[in-house]
Order: sequence, then structure tokens, then C-alpha cells
Amino acid sequence: MEKIGGVPVCPGVALGELYVWERAPAPPAAEGGGPARELERLLRARDRAEEILEEQYRLALSRLGQDEADIFRLHRMMLEDPDFWAAARGPVESGQAGARAAALAAGETFARQLRALEDPYLRARADDVAEAARLLAAQLDGGEAPLTLPGPVILAADALDPGELLTLDRDKVLGLALGRAAPSGHWAILARAMGLPAVTGVEIAPTWSGRQAGLDGETGELWLEPDGETRGRLQARGLARAETAAAQALAARAPAVTRSGKQIEVCANIGKPEEAAQALAQGADGVGLFRTEFLCLGRADCPGEEEQFLACRWAAQAMEGRRVTIRTLDLGGDKRTPWLPPEEGENPALGLRGVRLTLARPDLFVPQLRAILRAAAFGKLAVMFPMVTSPEEVDRARALLDQCRARLEAEGVPAGPLEVGVMVETPAAALLAHKLARRVDFFSIGTNDLTQYTLAADRQSPALAGLWDQRNPAVWELIARTAQAGKAAGIRVAVCGQLAADREMTGRLLEAGVDELSVPPADVPAVKARVRELD
Amino acid sequence: MKTFTYTLTHPNGLHGRPAMELADFARTLDSAVTVRKGERSAPVDHLMALMLLGASQGDEVTVAVEGGGEEKDLAALEDFFRANL
Repeated sequence: MEKIGGVPVCPGVALGELYVWERAPAPPAAEGGGPARELERLLRARDRAEEILEEQYRLALSRLGQDEADIFRLHRMMLEDPDFWAAARGPVESGQAGARAAALAAGETFARQLRALEDPYLRARADDVAEAARLLAAQLDGGEAPLTLPGPVILAADALDPGELLTLDRDKVLGLALGRAAPSGHWAILARAMGLPAVTGVEIAPTWSGRQAGLDGETGELWLEPDGETRGRLQARGLARAETAAAQALAARAPAVTRSGKQIEVCANIGKPEEAAQALAQGADGVGLFRTEFLCLGRADCPGEEEQFLACRWAAQAMEGRRVTIRTLDLGGDKRTPWLPPEEGENPALGLRGVRLTLARPDLFVPQLRAILRAAAFGKLAVMFPMVTSPEEVDRARALLDQCRARLEAEGVPAGPLEVGVMVETPAAALLAHKLARRVDFFSIGTNDLTQYTLAADRQSPALAGLWDQRNPAVWELIARTAQAGKAAGIRVAVCGQLAADREMTGRLLEAGVDELSVPPADVPAVKARVRELD
Repeated sequence: MKTFTYTLTHPNGLHGRPAMELADFARTLDSAVTVRKGERSAPVDHLMALMLLGASQGDEVTVAVEGGGEEKDLAALEDFFRANL
């Protein structure tokens, strides 16, 4: 037995055969066709590299999550960057360098500049630009051979690019022992998300292939030919980890039931359809608030019906039969987009926003309602209207929804059943809750805006920090009235503001009669645990 | 030309996802936008240059908007910085 030290990166243990992998050296450069020909090769390689990164982005998004997928988006944006591109094509056009040398040199130029910065996070991005440049260079010669593994092995390599790691056959890799990969690199984020135990800083010998090894990602240790005792210890650790993870996953997915037997739905707030996977992983019982503004913000035009339909359908399907509550566009006020003309008036919070805006702009509202109705054929959906202040607004919105449904039917387009609710986030809505309750299937109390409008205090204003308080008795009075009116009418009452995640207040919310709490995905397990402690 | 200054509150500063979102967002604007930190400045849709500003949490940056719909874009950018950076 030989023990080799390394740096711990991703927790977990692995026992098995080692496989040492080295990136194949690039084939001799096929240069010599002159600057014009080299430039053409470079352009084509860039197209191909961007395609690959787009594929990897999608793969990471569907298998892992947004943070992991963003690594590939970053690499793609680096290749598209005008300065990077100028640095790569300049020497090619002038005939000073071949396409491959120029691509790699551009990567190295920017990597060097990033390494010179103080911020450790930025310094770590030097690897990213070098990796993106290497991907580009590899496409000049038809791309790199994929990393294939002979069977379930502990993979030993100097370093792995995010793309190489992502496309590994997960069933064939037990763990990673890397040589020079930085612990802060993006590969580590991917390895963790893939559940791969990993260490780095290991001095790897090419002769290791085929030897038995044990790896502990928590201590950074690697053993060659581990003895019986070491193997036993690692196995026990691995088993304990697996048991804890299974127990946690089970607890997260289990319903949140109070001691007296009342089940509370603990749902997640999401802003993008991709976040549904995260909500599910945290054990959310559904999505209590799906903000649809993400589709609109930061773009030059309003998304059409088809794009909104795809986003809603994705979320509905990702939640595997659990309810997804979609809030219709909550634009206007302080949420502006370049295509929405800024409104007159000095106080945007009290202006044309939420359902007021969408009722005034059927060209925005109708495509969204149609998209939601169509997506409802693919999962359990609910829709809710924001910033309601009167029963008439609800009547008008519902009438429009009915028209859209009738229209879809006439067109022969399938539409699904839909629960309809309102956000209670203005004092007017809370005070008229008994009237609103007769018109809808559920309430969702948006405590952030309700607090702002009740206390006349802007949450963003630092001078009013003490005043904006969700626990203020006036706010509670309105929450209690709303819940009471909901109970009396026999409809579901949800809370989706910051207050829903305030575990010190969970008990009071349940006492008030709230049936559902919708919180950021990461807060779901803790809120469920809190509900289980209560009577 | 119109400008505003902003102190970065995002723990990652002006890089990673916030920088990507900013570069993407800036492409929807009509004006030419530059971000300056100290003596270095970067066109807002140049991701590498933005990262090379080395702007971290707590650093102050100045955003300058020129041409096109200055007023509208300035307001949109201020919102964007407040919401994301």
C-alpha cells in the first residue's frame, strides 16, 4: 500500500481500478494555405466550437442545473467576445500566424491578463479562457477524440476541461484524481454536481493504469493498492454517506405534516423554467410562484405566444404532476423593459403595473393567457394575477381568459384545466378579500408588496430599513383577514413573499389558516422541517 | 452623454453570471455604453474587457450612456445594476 497526498475537492469515496488519461497531442498543423484559407478555417472552427458549447450548455442544464450550464455559456461568450476574436483573427489575416497558433495565443493573452488580477475568482477564470481557446483550436483539425473509459475506473488526469468532464460516461467513472487542476476551477463545480469524489494536486505516474486504488475526496488522500483495513474504512464511509443522502432526499420529498396532522404544501418560487429541476431536487411540493418576467427583461421585444408556451410547458412537465402556479406578467412600475414605454408620473410603484398593465395591453395579455392555457394540457397549472385592487379587475381578467379558451377551442388547439387565483398584495385586495374569494380558486399573499403598500415604505430605501417590516401588526391584520376570508369561502390560501420563508413566523401563518408556503428552492427543506415541529 | 455611478453589491462583483447577463442585456440597448473603474474602461458588451476591469464587490463603477435612447437606456441600466449587481 502506498499513500499519496492530494488536495480534497469533492466529497465522497471511491475504490477501484485506476485509469491514466492524457490528452492526445494535436496533429501536425495543416497550415500553409495562406492567410485567406487559414481565416476561413478559423471561422468554421468557431462556428463548430459554438455549436458544441451550445449542446453542452443544454446537456448541463437538463442533467445538472443552471450554475453548471452557465460554465458553457461563459465559454461561448468568451469565444464570441469582440476583443478575443480580434486577437485571434488579426495575426491570421496578416499572415503572421496560422489559425491554431493564433487561437491558442489569443487564449493565452487573455488568460495571462486575468491571472494578473487581484480577485481570486477572476484569476480562476484564466483557465476558462484557455479552455475555450483550446476547444476552438481543436475544431481546426476536426475536433478532439472523446474521452472514453474502459470500464468503471478512478480517472487520473493532469486536468479536465468542463466539456470533457460533462460528456464522461457517468457509469464508468468512480472518482477523479487530478494533477494540476485548480481546486477553484469550474471543473470542480461540475464534479460536485455529478456526485464525483475528487482530489487534485496528485503527482500522477503514467504506469498507474490498471492498479487498484482508494480515494477519499474529503481528506484528499489517494491510496495505491489499499490494504484490507483501508478498504473497509473507505467502504464504511461511502455507505454512511449514501445512507445520509438517501435519508435527506426522502425527508425532503416527504410531505410537511404538522403534529396535529395538517398537511402544508411547501412550494418553491422560481424565475426560470430551468429552476423547476432545482425545486424538485429540494423536495418542493409544487411551484407556488413562477415569475414570468424573466422572459421579457433584458430583451428588445416581447416574447410571443409560442415562446411563452414552451417555457410554461417545460416548467409543468419538469414538476412531474405537481402544481405550477404561473403569475401573469408583473411588469411596469420599477420593472421596465426597453420595449415598454416609460410611464408618466412620479411614483412607479403606484402606477400602471401588474394586472393593470396587462388589462390595458391585450397585445401582451392575450398571448400569455393562450400560452398558459395550452401548457395546462401538459401538467397541473394554475394562473394568478398580480397587483389586483378590485373585484372588477378579476372579472375582466377572467372574462379575457374565458375568451381565450373559447378561441382556442374554436381553433381546435388543446387547452387544459386551470385554477385561477389572485395575488393579495395591496391593502385594497386584503380588505375586499371576501369579495375576491367568491371569484377565484385560491389566494396567494405576496407579503413583500403588501408590506410596502400597507406601511407606505419602499423596501429599497435604506433610510426606511427599520420601517419595512413584514412582522408589523398592520401587515398581520391584513394577512389574517385574507386567510379568514379564504377559509370562509373554502378556497386555498398561500403565502409567497419573504415572510413564507421566515421560520420564526411559520407557526403564526399556520394559525392564521395558511395552507401553502412558497419559498426559494433552497429554503424548502428547512421550512418543511419547521412545519413538522409545529402543532 | 449621461452617467451614473454604482457600488457593486454582488459577492462575485462584475464577473461570472452577472457580467454575462450584463453583456447580454446591453445588446438590447440602442446607446453605446461603457463601464469604467478607475482608469480602465470597457464597452459593456465586451465580456473579456468587463472582466478585466477587475471590479469586485464594494468597488464603484461609472456607467456612461451615449447616443440612441440615452434616457431610456440609462434608466434600464440603473434598474439592471440594482437588480443584478
